[in-house]
Amino acid sequence: MEIIEELKVQNVSHSFGFSDILKDISFTLEKGKVISIVGPSGGGKTTLLHLCAKLLKLESGKIKNSFTSSSFAFQEARLLPWKNVLDNIALGLKAQGISKEKREKEAKEIALKFGLGKEDFYKFPKDLSGGMKQRVSFARALVTNPTLLFLDEPFSALDIGLKKELQTLLIEQIEEKKLSVLFITHDLMEAIKLSDEILVLKAEPVGHIIKKFNFEFPKKQRDNKFVYEQTAKLLSDETIINTFELELR
Amino acid sequence: MNFFIKITKDFPSYLWSGWGAISSIFLFLAFWDMGNQIYGNLILPSPKETFSTLFEMLKDENMINEILITTKRAVIGFSISLVFGTLLGLLSGLFITTSMMSRPIVTILMGMPPIAWIVLAMIWFGMGDMTVIFTVIVASFPIVFIGALQGTRTLEGDLKEMADSFHLPFRMKLFDLYFPHIFSYIFPAWIGALGMSWKIVVMAELLSANDGIGSALAIARSQLDTPTALALVVIMIATLLLIEYIILEPIKREVESWR
Repeated sequence: MEIIEELKVQNVSHSFGFSDILKDISFTLEKGKVISIVGPSGGGKTTLLHLCAKLLKLESGKIKNSFTSSSFAFQEARLLPWKNVLDNIALGLKAQGISKEKREKEAKEIALKFGLGKEDFYKFPKDLSGGMKQRVSFARALVTNPTLLFLDEPFSALDIGLKKELQTLLIEQIEEKKLSVLFITHDLMEAIKLSDEILVLKAEPVGHIIKKFNFEFPKKQRDNKFVYEQTAKLLSDETIINTFELELR
Repeated sequence: MNFFIKITKDFPSYLWSGWGAISSIFLFLAFWDMGNQIYGNLILPSPKETFSTLFEMLKDENMINEILITTKRAVIGFSISLVFGTLLGLLSGLFITTSMMSRPIVTILMGMPPIAWIVLAMIWFGMGDMTVIFTVIVASFPIVFIGALQGTRTLEGDLKEMADSFHLPFRMKLFDLYFPHIFSYIFPAWIGALGMSWKIVVMAELLSANDGIGSALAIARSQLDTPTALALVVIMIATLLLIEYIILEPIKREVESWR
């Protein structure tokens, strides 16, 4: 019998010192699904993601992760400055003990797919633009063929064109490889474009999930019109207005 | 291995880039010669005279011996600083308490003039090898120590987190994350310490030893033998230039190509 791959978060709470950050968070991420956690900055989104990715120690509650492999893409690219593009991409593969030739081959393939040119392969991060670095970061996260991907606002510093391109590439990966994604963002449109489920995280008084929205519409067919309509709908929702402290004028 | 092949491959083009440096050295020699014509042979011997004295000296076996003695002292002192400075610097960089505590001590060591150390060392160890080597160690140790300390302290939490998220094994963290970063701080410190050692060794010898380049310099002074004094200075500078530009600089370029 095949193991059911899922990430189950149950009643998770967390605090740094005396300040409580998260309270009683529960949700389940199934295989091939995308869950976005949206909320204003400083609401504990990153903390929650780090807890799920085991970058922070869990204090109370349960997180059960039965996905076979996972990787992480950060808000900033976080490339190793002393490694060239290929070696940076192949970092996760090297950690898995894959041979050098195979590493290089796979890194090259995915680099081309993510819009990097052959002339970029041996450049160091200092010679790359912000957008290029983020492409490398994405390639590095996906080259290991993870079944679960953690995304920490990786699109927030990119221009609209690049944002759209990388999102399209990501959607392809999700559909093709049944990739599951836990995605945090403060951008509602981004969340609507990519997610099956949106969890709204309210920061006050302690970070908690105040509402969930589900989207059944196939991701590949979500065009601008769909995104705008849904965003407008969400923006008029009472809980969203309260969470983001939007003032209607 | 690859690393050395790359350095050797880039070496000719690196040498070719040295023409500018050579022309500026010749310009310097020209000014030197002008000084000689103005002030005369006693104050400032001409470059020609200096270099012919230098070649005479290099034929003399005793002189070669003196140079070797000095080199030996500098190398011993520098190696001890290198090993202990690096180790202790790395260790104290690992803990906040030790790095905070070692900071003022290092500042004191750095601030203390080498000449004061020489006097103390002469009292403690008398004239000879030990005094010279001690002074070299004391003067170059803080430089290496600070380099290693800063290298360890400035490791970014962000990159460590990234390494954790990709489950890098300990060995990889060491060689792919910690070493390259720390090395980029330590290596320039090593070069600085080497230069310092070479200068200090001659000074210490001048005051507290009966052999070595420094003491030959002292003898030249007492005999008002300016050509010999200048020839000795040329030897010192030439050795340092040779080590720095032929050996260290190519390595540094390769190591820091990502900067």
